[in-house]
Amino acid sequence: MKKTLYFITLLAGFAVLFSSCMDDLNTRPLDGRELTAADVFDDPASYRQFLAKLYAGLSVTGQQGPAGMPDISGIDEGFSQYLRALFHHQVLSTDEAVIGWADQTLLDFVHQDWTSTCVFIAAFYYRIFYQIALANEFLRETTDVQLDRRGVTGQLRTDIQGYRLEARFLRALSYWHALDVFGSVPFVTENDPVGGGFLPPQISRADLFAFIESELKAIYPNMAPPRSPGFYGRADRGAAWMLLAKLYLNAEVYIGQPRYTEVITYTTNIINAGYSLVPNFRHLFNADNHLSMQEIIFTVPFDGIHTNTWGGTTFIIRGGTGGNMNPLASGIESGWGGLRTTRNIVELYSIADGRRLLHTSGQTLDIAELTNFTHGFASTKFTNIRRDGTRGSSLGFADTDFPMFRLADVYLMYAEAVLRGGTGGSMALAITYVNRIRERAFGSTAGNVTAITLDFILDERARELFWEGHRRTDLIRFGRFAGPNPYVWPWKGNSRDGVAVDARFNLFPIPAADLAANPNLVQNPGY
Amino acid sequence: MKQILILCGLLLLMAPSLFGQTVRVTGRVTDATDGMSLPGVTIMIQGTTIGTITDIEGNYSIEAPSNAVLVFSFVGMQTMEVPVAGRTLINVALERVAILVDEFVVIGYGIQRREDATGAVAVVGARDFNRGMITSPQQLLAGRVSGVQVTLPSGAPGDGGVIRIRGGSSLAASNDPLIVIDGVPIENAGVPGVRNPLGTINPQDIESFTVLKDASATAIFGARASNGVILITTRRGRVGTPLQISYTGTFSMSTIAKKTDVLSATEFRDLMSQRFAGRPEVLGLLGNAETNWQDEIFDNAIGHDHVLTATGAWDFLPYRISLGYSAQDGVLRTDNMRRMTASINLTPSLLNDDLQLTLSARGSLVENFFADQGAIGAALRMDPTQAVRDDQSLFGGYFAWRLGNRPTPGTPNPMALLNLRDDQANANRFIGNFRANYRLPFLPDLRVNLNVAYDFSQSEGTTFTPDFAAWSFFQGGYRGNYWQDRSNELFDFYLNYNRAFEAIASHIDLTVGYSYQRLWHRGSAFGESNKDNLAFVMGLNPDRHRILVPDIPYESEQVLIGFFGRLNYTLLDRYLFTFTLRNDHTSRFSPETRSGLFPSMAFAWQINEEPFMANADFLSELKFRVGVGVTGQENIGLGDFPWMARYTRSMLGASFPFGSPDNFIQTIRPAGHDRNLRWEETTTYNVGLDWGIFGHRHYGSFNFFMRETRHLINFIPVPAGTTLTNFITTNVGNMESIGAEFSIFTRPVVRQNFNWLLGFNASWNRSEITRLTVVDDPGYLGILTGGIAGGVGNTIQIHSVGYSPYSFFVFQQVFDPQGRPIEGVFVDRNGDGIINEDDLYRFHNRAPRYFMGITSEFNYRQWSLSFAGRANIGNFVYNNVTSTAGELGWLFNSRGPYLSNVHREALTVGFNRSHFFSDFYVQDASFFKMDHITLSYNFGNIMGGGSNLMLSGIVQNAFVITQYEGIDPEVFSGIDYNFYPRPRNFVLSLSLQF
Repeated sequence: MKKTLYFITLLAGFAVLFSSCMDDLNTRPLDGRELTAADVFDDPASYRQFLAKLYAGLSVTGQQGPAGMPDISGIDEGFSQYLRALFHHQVLSTDEAVIGWADQTLLDFVHQDWTSTCVFIAAFYYRIFYQIALANEFLRETTDVQLDRRGVTGQLRTDIQGYRLEARFLRALSYWHALDVFGSVPFVTENDPVGGGFLPPQISRADLFAFIESELKAIYPNMAPPRSPGFYGRADRGAAWMLLAKLYLNAEVYIGQPRYTEVITYTTNIINAGYSLVPNFRHLFNADNHLSMQEIIFTVPFDGIHTNTWGGTTFIIRGGTGGNMNPLASGIESGWGGLRTTRNIVELYSIADGRRLLHTSGQTLDIAELTNFTHGFASTKFTNIRRDGTRGSSLGFADTDFPMFRLADVYLMYAEAVLRGGTGGSMALAITYVNRIRERAFGSTAGNVTAITLDFILDERARELFWEGHRRTDLIRFGRFAGPNPYVWPWKGNSRDGVAVDARFNLFPIPAADLAANPNLVQNPGY
Repeated sequence: MKQILILCGLLLLMAPSLFGQTVRVTGRVTDATDGMSLPGVTIMIQGTTIGTITDIEGNYSIEAPSNAVLVFSFVGMQTMEVPVAGRTLINVALERVAILVDEFVVIGYGIQRREDATGAVAVVGARDFNRGMITSPQQLLAGRVSGVQVTLPSGAPGDGGVIRIRGGSSLAASNDPLIVIDGVPIENAGVPGVRNPLGTINPQDIESFTVLKDASATAIFGARASNGVILITTRRGRVGTPLQISYTGTFSMSTIAKKTDVLSATEFRDLMSQRFAGRPEVLGLLGNAETNWQDEIFDNAIGHDHVLTATGAWDFLPYRISLGYSAQDGVLRTDNMRRMTASINLTPSLLNDDLQLTLSARGSLVENFFADQGAIGAALRMDPTQAVRDDQSLFGGYFAWRLGNRPTPGTPNPMALLNLRDDQANANRFIGNFRANYRLPFLPDLRVNLNVAYDFSQSEGTTFTPDFAAWSFFQGGYRGNYWQDRSNELFDFYLNYNRAFEAIASHIDLTVGYSYQRLWHRGSAFGESNKDNLAFVMGLNPDRHRILVPDIPYESEQVLIGFFGRLNYTLLDRYLFTFTLRNDHTSRFSPETRSGLFPSMAFAWQINEEPFMANADFLSELKFRVGVGVTGQENIGLGDFPWMARYTRSMLGASFPFGSPDNFIQTIRPAGHDRNLRWEETTTYNVGLDWGIFGHRHYGSFNFFMRETRHLINFIPVPAGTTLTNFITTNVGNMESIGAEFSIFTRPVVRQNFNWLLGFNASWNRSEITRLTVVDDPGYLGILTGGIAGGVGNTIQIHSVGYSPYSFFVFQQVFDPQGRPIEGVFVDRNGDGIINEDDLYRFHNRAPRYFMGITSEFNYRQWSLSFAGRANIGNFVYNNVTSTAGELGWLFNSRGPYLSNVHREALTVGFNRSHFFSDFYVQDASFFKMDHITLSYNFGNIMGGGSNLMLSGIVQNAFVITQYEGIDPEVFSGIDYNFYPRPRNFVLSLSLQF
């Protein structure tokens, strides 16, 4: 009896001991690198830091530069950077660029024979939806209900309302890229459930157009006025107007309806907001082009030390340097020898055009072999050299920001809208604007025009906006990209002189992985 | 007549010593089974500490009182007590105990008689260990156990190698078995700066390994047991043995067995002149030297290892103290490891054997000097016409590709990589362990067990690259340091009730217990470029000084709590039933999913104990086993908080200029997570047969298993936009495997002066992935894995449903009638007229289909010759060396410009460009390796006083038989690139005992 009692007491004692140890299972991160969702918003600065992540998603690829702690997985971080992926889809697939690297399926862009399993297409798709998901999460965390729960009032509350508008702009920007590049895509907003097996429905191109339009029109009245101080690297009303103008300019492609009048409306708004052209064209694409904000409406910032990546302008500058080019003259330690341009573009420039920034020494105009950097002229448009001739802060990564939207583009859009029959503008004004661009390019009135045609506008856009990520959209709008049309360029269709390709290539395919993960989705026709 | 008188006289002379005086007793001790003499048998005068041991011939000599009792004891033999009774010549024949190895086998939370084991358990004792210059415990086990595949470490000194039991049961989660040292489960991760965490245990301190292979044996370890468990028991003293001091010294010289076949300087010059005739900008890059870069970076290496141990017993306190020192150079120049270990093991038995305590402490200090292993790949690529040194060079006096005084992209100088870069680390480790086993006085069948352990490691390392090193010139060099502290705290408590119930012819052995373990680590790293670095001073780089790795400490912990129980029920001494159950809780998962239940059951039938087998005397054992169990894997490689909603701060280089170009702020990012994350679960069915004949002179076992893993962690794409990342790690996959194992140990010849032991084991296993996505989708290719050199982000392997893991995913090469591959021509497998990623197919995989081990030992008098070998059959390797360096386009790179050496295959196969994805490079790497051949001579007692000297000569990695053309077919990852060659070691080992 005594033994049993002793025994039971012993067991009971241990039971108490053990149960207290069970609490130890509730571990928490012990260092400052990670914060639990419950604690993170105790710090008022965290809202700003979260919004900064949304913007940073266009510049960097993770929480460590140039690579490390990636945002998305399954592909090399450098390949998946937002702007680099945009470049692949919008520039590499056109007459503006060829590349010499046989990495995975990269050359499919140049050949125009990509498939739905191409990892670079998946990278851009997932990068776009990463931005959208992040924006949705930001909006969920900053609803009135959430802010009330956390007791947020005063100036911070007001600031957060502005942040919400910026988050919606960024979401609209990514949806616009999706609309332009993929067409009909999955649709998800902050009102949709997170995880739990939710499968986003597929939105039609027309409905997505309407959504983007309504979002932008809802947010721009309350956004900061164009050219507001303290908005470097952020989106103000000018950016929202620009995105609307882009949306409307391509409306015939997206929804089959011409909306050129609205283009004129919004481009006029921008033109009247006080932007002006930077006198020296090169200052838009150099290491300290953050000084050129008088012309740049929306910029994607980079910095060699603080905001760096293997993509972005580092990719354009280092990727475009090779052969006998002196890398130090472009502010980098070495080039990667990849990007050149085709004769179609070279032949658009007259020798006196200051925008003809080509490196021709040791290069042939003709491209016999894609993988040989000396075939095809190289470009020196983007550099990592400052206005005073000194190099950027790092020779490995560029300080050069990427001007996504700028005034010169607005002038050309205005002119095109007028030519295409939009009302509310004048041809005279259009020609004036075009001449402003030409005067800056030629340094005199030698290049001025007295009349303009649509073909001229297309060519002028190539000359002015070379490698700025607009070419594919422009070629499609003019019916010269894929499909049966006579416009060819070297290596289009994997043929040395270029051949027409199937019309399905006017849209990129939805990646096979998402089709597998989401049964609601239907692939684009022809893939 | 005369003789009788002399005999009487002698007897009279001896009379005094017969009564109460000491006599000198001599004799010979033999093995009763075969008459073989037994050296090393302990003979003690009962009740004293006076004793001796038999010599090599089995002879002994001792002074003892004529009324004393001599106790003869030896491992594996039944102890005999023989009264002296005045005799001077006592020969003794010792009977074998029924099993060859130690009577009791260590299993999870307890010990069991080997013959009562119901699971698939294999024991490797010290005599079966591999020989040679052994710097890591994994090397002792290679090829010794069926079902256990050990891939030896690479040639880097102190490297660990990989252990896989039955192929591992996971894909993305850890496939490493759980390693338990003296009851303490240890982490597989170690501190940075240590090549192999297990390497801090001196292999000479290990007494035996017990490998638990099937779920009925491992399920008691619950959530970490899916990949098998290896229990390591360290050596300890024994009661009743006199003080014995032993020293073992091992001296080795390592040489490279095979080098990669790249072109010589002359061949290179000829090829370049032919191919680039009329291109002075290319031919002008050639140098004037003749350098064999592989000869430059590799060199014969010396190693030595010393261990001094003292074993004995001080009254009731057996002890073992050992000190070790090891220094090993790598065959790659500047690679070096030094290690000092010390351990003490006290195993007192108190209170009339009711309380058995074990106190052990072991510590080690390791110093590593790391050579930059990139030099290996660089030596293959480096232009052989360039000299190693260049007196006019600004880059440390070494040749570098340059334009004026600025370095250009090109292969880094391998000797510069080795000599200019300094990378070293120190690590300390302390493992302290206290165990108590107490038999309750009022309940003698109940024993209470306690195991408390503390395992603490610490490391500190520095790396330095000078600013004038060509590859780091623009960055400004690097100076950095790192440190980490790690601890592992264990508290185990369990009760064991062991009693026979004769009334129902049963025996019950019940264990119930609790285990608490906390794993914690903390560390940081810091790195910066050199201030005022050369590039800045020369005006070539505006970056004077940069912080490259900011000093932000990290810290994390994990807690594991388990409740376990085991019931061993024996009926009629021949029907054995085992049931185990473990409830595990881990802090790594959410409160809803962190608890798991892991049951198992097994049945064993000792057929030779059946009455109808009573006449089968030749059978020492015939046991049929069947078992099933569920185990888990919680080490899914996602850190300690994968289920929690967290935000991650941005680090250096990922800030954002918010609102102004000077205002860089940190960003925070919500982390993708899955609250429902749980562990992988594996169910294993095992059927086996253990047999032994002729007094266990020949024995072996056979196992067949089937295993299914569910809730496999897989990194799957989620529908775009639905979570905070594109891929989420979640439990979604299934994998199945089957296999069979066979092992046999025999002593075909046992004679007085000569005997021969032979051991052989063979295993077969096959795994297949059966599910990877939530919804079955025939279009889902699988998970791409296996990164290769060449291009960026290229992968060569894939995990696909219906195939083995790590299958190669390649194009099918087309060959010409002579068997040479036609460049760039692949089979259009889907017949659509174009060759693109839709034509890739799965071609073999990296794991061997069969693997075997063989060991043999011949003993003739004092001589002993032994060898051990292993074979892997059916493993394939992607030869990434020839896929990059085997094409002629590699010769001249305009992005520098610079020249590169090519592999001879560039001449024989003649590709002009790289074709990384051709199945031509996926090559059969089946091999047979002779791991060691050892010749020993036992000098015996030449130093007098019961000492023993033995000398061994060993060749490690004696030879390899394979058709694989790379330098070593044993590549665990299946991708051969930059491989640190395993050297051939010539070893001399000296073992001295007093």
